[in-house]
Amino acid sequence: MPIHDQSYRHYEGHRAKPGQAWTVIAEAGIRNMIRKRAFLALLLFAWLPFVIRAVQIYLASNWPQASLLAPTAQTFREFMDQQSVFVFFVTIYVGAGLIANDRRANALQIYLSKPLMRSEYIAGKLAILVAFLLLVTFVPGILLLLIQIAFAGSFEFIRKNVFLFPAITLASLVQVLLASFTMLALSSLSKSARYVAILYAGVLFFTKAMFGALMLIMGSTRIAWVSFSDNLTQVVDVIFRLKPRYEVPWMVSLLVIVALMVVSASILERRVRGVEVIT
Amino acid sequence: MDQPIVTLSNVTVTYGTNRALRDVSAGFYEGAIGLLGPNGAGKSTMLKALLGFVKPDQGEMRVFGLNVAEKPLEIRARLGYMPETDGHIPGMNAVTFVAYCGQLAGLPFSDAMQRAHEVLYYVGLGEARYRNVETYSTGMKQRIKLAQALVHDPELLFLDEPTNGMDPKGREEMLDLIRDLAHNKHVNLILSSHLLPDVEYTCNRVVVMDKATVVAQGPIGELKGPSGRVFELRVKGDLLAFLDVLHANGLETHNTDDDVLRVFVPADAAPRVGATTDQQAIFALAAKEGIQVRHLRASLPTLEDVFAKAVGEE
Repeated sequence: MPIHDQSYRHYEGHRAKPGQAWTVIAEAGIRNMIRKRAFLALLLFAWLPFVIRAVQIYLASNWPQASLLAPTAQTFREFMDQQSVFVFFVTIYVGAGLIANDRRANALQIYLSKPLMRSEYIAGKLAILVAFLLLVTFVPGILLLLIQIAFAGSFEFIRKNVFLFPAITLASLVQVLLASFTMLALSSLSKSARYVAILYAGVLFFTKAMFGALMLIMGSTRIAWVSFSDNLTQVVDVIFRLKPRYEVPWMVSLLVIVALMVVSASILERRVRGVEVIT
Repeated sequence: MDQPIVTLSNVTVTYGTNRALRDVSAGFYEGAIGLLGPNGAGKSTMLKALLGFVKPDQGEMRVFGLNVAEKPLEIRARLGYMPETDGHIPGMNAVTFVAYCGQLAGLPFSDAMQRAHEVLYYVGLGEARYRNVETYSTGMKQRIKLAQALVHDPELLFLDEPTNGMDPKGREEMLDLIRDLAHNKHVNLILSSHLLPDVEYTCNRVVVMDKATVVAQGPIGELKGPSGRVFELRVKGDLLAFLDVLHANGLETHNTDDDVLRVFVPADAAPRVGATTDQQAIFALAAKEGIQVRHLRASLPTLEDVFAKAVGEE
């Protein structure tokens, strides 16, 4: 009888209780993305507006001649607007393959044969995209606010604009969650990440173009709710206490955003399954 | 061995209008159980239902005494599943993939990584463990599917057609692994296959399925057991008429791939036509019908016979 079996041993160590697997999925996904140089370059690029804004705040705080550059609440709203471009690219780069690649490799049956629920799988995948999108919206936005405080040497600005902290947080969350849910839902519809990326960009540009065309025909911006991105613009304007730029009531835009997220969640519920039933 | 670890009671699963499982009741005991049946019999559906992938329209399933509908996570934490189709996590090498599966099953990172190395060596992928899984051959993909199913040391393994697409040597090695797991490492397993030799080599019990129902179940030895005598027979002449004669005399037959008939003489059958032995009885029936007997040899009952009888093959 052998004194030690090197082939297969039983495991008697610690096992985590079910419910934590989403963190494993999120961690692995984040690690996988930051290993890609092209993605790191995109992230660096996404922080360029932050650097420019930081310089603007520095100059306005230290050089009286540059006082016309002094930041206002509008500055932060504009910054969030600028970041939308990077939200688009990061969403496509990170999100398109999140579920599509798993579907291509038949990985769902592997995932769901482990002690994790479908909602955990979706939460893990969502966390990957949300983490990177917050890194290009919420994190630089809040940092910019802190830099303003640091360079100004007083709390005067923040006292006058205390709503900016929750505004940046809320605006980032709405933007990030909308992009993440819709992209993840699209990703679950196909086995090709490339097709998903094209579909997402297509939906965005098509709805924007449709809004432009309808606006020209009707001579009004009341139809802005048909545009995926303009609904977001409308709601974020309200969050930043600015006059909404379109005539459509902001509540309608908010409803469209909520509806898009609900539809996305419903698609995910149907598409993320251990077995695909074709009837 | 007293209580089955997996039970299905009157389970029906429907895909659209297609009934994949029809009022199935079965019990899987500890050890290695073969889930045998032709393609489309409902074997994979049964495993997927037990994993909670598909919801039955009716019936109850229990694994380790836990209801599948109520405690799917607790059950899956103790299960390993090797799917029939290729499956991997894209962009990972073998060791990362298997360790990741271990972590998903609740193992801490360091333990998962250590076990990943161990099971990859065990399944014969030690040298290829840093290669991207997408570059693996079919045989290697089968092995890595077994590795990911084993990494968290499950109490019960579901193996769905584990030798599919493997070359003869690889198939033999895979069967040896399965046999070793079941008989030496005491891992309970359900081996779903349509390949009788695979099941006969690795399992001690079988559940035979056909057309979405269970048609036979029990220990292989018992099913092959006291059911009578078996003969291999090759004849020349009007075969169909001779088969009718054999059947009329209470003998069962089925064809094999080699143009050889297998003739079953039920245990309770008395020698016929005044013959003292079964062989003489068959010769006598052939002579009466003007059939030439070219080959008649006593044989041992095989799982193939059990299967043929169960699914009513002619």
